[in-house]
Amino acid sequence: MRKTLRILAAEEHVDDGSPKVLQLANDADPLAIEVNLDDIERIDLHFPKFTDGRAYSQAFLLRRRLGFKGDIRATGDVLVDQLVQMERTGFSSAVLAEGVDATDAQRQFDRFAAFYQGDAVHTAPHFSHAAGRT
Amino acid sequence: MYQYTDFDRQFVRLRAAQYRDQLERWQTGKLSEEQFRPLRLQNGWYVQRYAPMLRVAVPYGELSSRQLRVLATIAREYDEPEAAVYKHALETQAKFGTHKLPTHYAHFTTRQNVQYNWIPLARSAEVMELLASVDMHGIQTSGNCIRNITSDERAGIAVDEVADPRPFAEILRQWSTLHPEFAFLPRKFKIAITGAAEDRAASGWHDVGLKLVKNEAGELGFRVQVGGGMGRTPIIGTVLREFLPWNQIMNYLEAVVRVYNRYGRRDNIYKARIKILVKAEGQRYIDDVEAEFRQVVEHDGGPHTIPQSELERVSASFVPPALATRVFQSAEKTDAELRAHADDDVLFARWLQRNVAPHQNPLLRAVTLSFKRRGQAPGDASADQLDTIAVLADRFSAGEVRVTHDQNVLLPWVHAEDLHALWLAARAAGFASPNVHLLTDMIACPGGDFCGLANARSIPIAEAITERYQDLDELDDIGEIDLHISGCINSCGHHHSGHIGILGVDKDGKEWYQVTLGGSDGSDLSGPAQPGKVVGPSFSAAEVPDVIEAVLTAYRDTRAAGENFIDTLRRVGHDPFKAAANGARFKVEEAA
Repeated sequence: MRKTLRILAAEEHVDDGSPKVLQLANDADPLAIEVNLDDIERIDLHFPKFTDGRAYSQAFLLRRRLGFKGDIRATGDVLVDQLVQMERTGFSSAVLAEGVDATDAQRQFDRFAAFYQGDAVHTAPHFSHAAGRT
Repeated sequence: MYQYTDFDRQFVRLRAAQYRDQLERWQTGKLSEEQFRPLRLQNGWYVQRYAPMLRVAVPYGELSSRQLRVLATIAREYDEPEAAVYKHALETQAKFGTHKLPTHYAHFTTRQNVQYNWIPLARSAEVMELLASVDMHGIQTSGNCIRNITSDERAGIAVDEVADPRPFAEILRQWSTLHPEFAFLPRKFKIAITGAAEDRAASGWHDVGLKLVKNEAGELGFRVQVGGGMGRTPIIGTVLREFLPWNQIMNYLEAVVRVYNRYGRRDNIYKARIKILVKAEGQRYIDDVEAEFRQVVEHDGGPHTIPQSELERVSASFVPPALATRVFQSAEKTDAELRAHADDDVLFARWLQRNVAPHQNPLLRAVTLSFKRRGQAPGDASADQLDTIAVLADRFSAGEVRVTHDQNVLLPWVHAEDLHALWLAARAAGFASPNVHLLTDMIACPGGDFCGLANARSIPIAEAITERYQDLDELDDIGEIDLHISGCINSCGHHHSGHIGILGVDKDGKEWYQVTLGGSDGSDLSGPAQPGKVVGPSFSAAEVPDVIEAVLTAYRDTRAAGENFIDTLRRVGHDPFKAAANGARFKVEEAA
């Protein structure tokens, strides 16, 4: 799978309170956002623990349901083994948690060429590519 | 059986490679214990009381003889603890009274999977690669994700079937495999799917229970039940849809799981299953799912609507296998021969009655190999026994077996003409106990001899009851009954759904057992799924066989003609049985 996710170290992540950046708490409903998403450049979603998977559904809804075109960024407990999932659910950037070795990341994207189910990026499931089936 | 495509095969190999990468990063300290844990769990690797446990996925219970042989190899060559680990385990368990901890074997589980108890983690990546060589894996057999999907052991052969659930189980297996959004749910998520009138998959007890049905127009669809589960709070699933068109099932489940992922509780592990959300929110949960489903279909375009062509592609893997090319004799001659053999040998007659079930093809039968016998724990099979199952599968069942929810092995394609030869071979192998659905065909988890969660041991209880009830006439007289034993409230031994349930509890560091009566898995015999009721304070291990005997004696004394245990219990109520159970307590001896 092609890596399009931008992987950032903690120091590359700027959180300066810009009005064009929206911080969405991990229990917030993305469908209830009251600001106009056209005015937003980036939405930060948070992983309090890497095992808390709510932000995957938030990202999916923002990207697929609301059609948000800006940056969706993963923050918090972001580890190497969750990056592929993040890209697939609609994240476009991720800030690695402190101490995580970014050199292990690329391998994870190189491994699987395709997946079974459709996602926020490749919406069609594997079975719909009948012609390409091997 | 489903035939893996190159894509499917490569996917499993890549998963094994990914696991090796993760294991190595953990070994070199790049992943902490806490970071590695969910990754190994999602590949089936637990760390138990003394050693790692591997749970291998057996999708909807189907195994080929080729796969069985690899499972045997893993038992023989890998299921061996390091000497120090084994010594420690034996010494510790001896204090409880366990003096035998078998190695080099596999265990069939109630979720139709296969477990090993002793493989060192250092060899785990090697085992995953070996499994991948026969299209097997441990994907999502643990962790807070969509688990391996279970089904009817008689799927595709049951005489009471509306439609074969296996193609749908396979399509759902693919959909749930490495689903990016649903890998870190609040808690585990189990789906069962059946296509028959009789529920042989305890579907009401699952997070999602699917049953294939036809509507008035004769169209195929699913009855969708959500929010069942055992554990501390036993709950039967709520019906969300009486009829959902078959091709919408993934779109609908996407809505069911998404609402759960967003709103299921994450603050308390005991309240994190979907059953708690469904119970707490009630209609609001259902409304949310329906609204989300409409969005998936209308806004997202229903990307996972199953095309007819895909159902046909997958279904083509499940056509009945070509059977032996020899010329078979007439059904009349076969019947006459079977009757003659049955007249000759009462054990064969009993086996025909208990272990042989009818089949969609009138020439064939479904035969259960019993893994409930003296000397081995329920559902355990040694390396050699696994190889023997493979031999029997090749000789009698087109190379295919099913792991059953009751921890036995079913041969789905046996010609009636071969029944006597199969019985002789099964008897020689020790798989012919004629006890299917009888008292000794009990469900039991590995319990406190192996499991890190258990409060008490299950296997010695199962053993004591098995020893006491070896008289086949007596077992037959007691009739069909579900005895389920769990070593803790996590309920892997399904005690809630047993007509008689036994639950291990810990009081002051000692093992005690709570007894429940009247539970049901939702089968025709047992009635609508429901949890059993506790008879009173818990019993000591030594009391349990006497309690079971007292309860069964009460049944035999009060039953009307033709009544099974559960029927009598329902008719006369719990009180006489409670009294009998409590009367079997050991009297505290008065000081002289």
